[in-house]
Amino acid sequence: MPLNIDLQQILLHWMNLAILTGGLYFLLYKPVKGFMSKREEHYRSLDEEAAAKLAEAERIKAECQNKLEEADEEIRQERAKAQQSIQQSTEDQLAQAREQARQIVSHAQTEAEHSRERILRESQRELRKLAAQATKKLAFHADPFDQFLDLAEEGEEYEE
Amino acid sequence: MKQHKKALALWIGSVLVLLVGALLAGSPGRTETVQEAMRDAVLHSVNRISLLGLKTVNPGMISAFVVTVALLLAAALIRVFVIPRFRYVPGKFQLVLEEAVGLFDRMSRGDSPHRCKFLGAYIFAAGAYIFVGTLFELLGIQAVTVHGHSITLPAPLSDVNAAIALGTLSYLVILSGGIAGSGVKGVGKTLKEFSLPISMSFRLFGALLSGLLVTELVYYYISLSFVLPVLVGVLFTLLHALVQTYVLTMLVSMYYGEVSEPGEPKPKKIHTAQT
Repeated sequence: MPLNIDLQQILLHWMNLAILTGGLYFLLYKPVKGFMSKREEHYRSLDEEAAAKLAEAERIKAECQNKLEEADEEIRQERAKAQQSIQQSTEDQLAQAREQARQIVSHAQTEAEHSRERILRESQRELRKLAAQATKKLAFHADPFDQFLDLAEEGEEYEE
Repeated sequence: MKQHKKALALWIGSVLVLLVGALLAGSPGRTETVQEAMRDAVLHSVNRISLLGLKTVNPGMISAFVVTVALLLAAALIRVFVIPRFRYVPGKFQLVLEEAVGLFDRMSRGDSPHRCKFLGAYIFAAGAYIFVGTLFELLGIQAVTVHGHSITLPAPLSDVNAAIALGTLSYLVILSGGIAGSGVKGVGKTLKEFSLPISMSFRLFGALLSGLLVTELVYYYISLSFVLPVLVGVLFTLLHALVQTYVLTMLVSMYYGEVSEPGEPKPKKIHTAQT
């Protein structure tokens, strides 16, 4: 063969290369690659774990935020309710006071009315009494002029 | 300071003693001319080695077995003593191993995302073989030929048979990817690139052989054997070890991805009623 090419030696080289490829694959390539994959998997799992923890933390944060917002809302509602209650109470008290005042005024008016009527009645009675007395005096006594003169005489005697 | 001077003097003294020793020992004489040496580097027709007494083979064959045994031994030691102690935060050696595996894994995933498991394993082995095999020539391991001469074992892929074996095996791997990924269509796609095994084989052979020839030339003459081998031997070898590793693995990965890509299903024909 030209260039001293020998088919038998080529086959021996093939055998040599096959042994080398298989040997290096099982002794070096596969274990090193396996270790690299294992490490990659380890760091990937760590990364995923960290991501999961981060997501959990985010979820808890969001949950807390929601609770805070709910609490704020509840406080706001309670405050509004309390304000409403206070306002209602104030209005009730005011209405009660007004009612009371109205009753007092009404009572006072009634009282005043009664007093006026009573006074009127008393005045009328007094007037009637005076009228009766005057009538009586007019009916049972002498001429007013004589009375006057008598009184005048009585007065002069008294001065003396 | 005094200790440093002593160490320096000792080092210079050793170098001089070795130089004198080398000059006095002399050379057994050249057994072949530079033309013969370079011709034999290409054709391996003279300096052949016995393979366990069964057959005479090219020196590259022995180099290939030595490289494979060394690689498998190193891999077994790493598997037993190093990999069980791997940590999530890697040390230097672990980082080198992970980077070597990760490089070919990423290459296979990038070029052939739908079918990359076998491809990654193959280009990892081929890359390790080319890189370590090319650097192997720096070690200068000696072997004895069937004629009793001592030779330095060359890089495995500077042997044409080894280069053809790797090129054709890579082509078969690409073909297997085509069959697994697209069936008959994949076979067609692979066969379309019929020049691929030849180009891959002879690219490797040419690149590695050129390095071998330059090294042979440099070491043939004693006057060229000082300082120059540092550049020629180490830097060039390192450079083309990296380049050839990258080129072959990238080509295999790209073609494998191309032929194993599943085709898009054909849109169904809509039969329109004839008016």
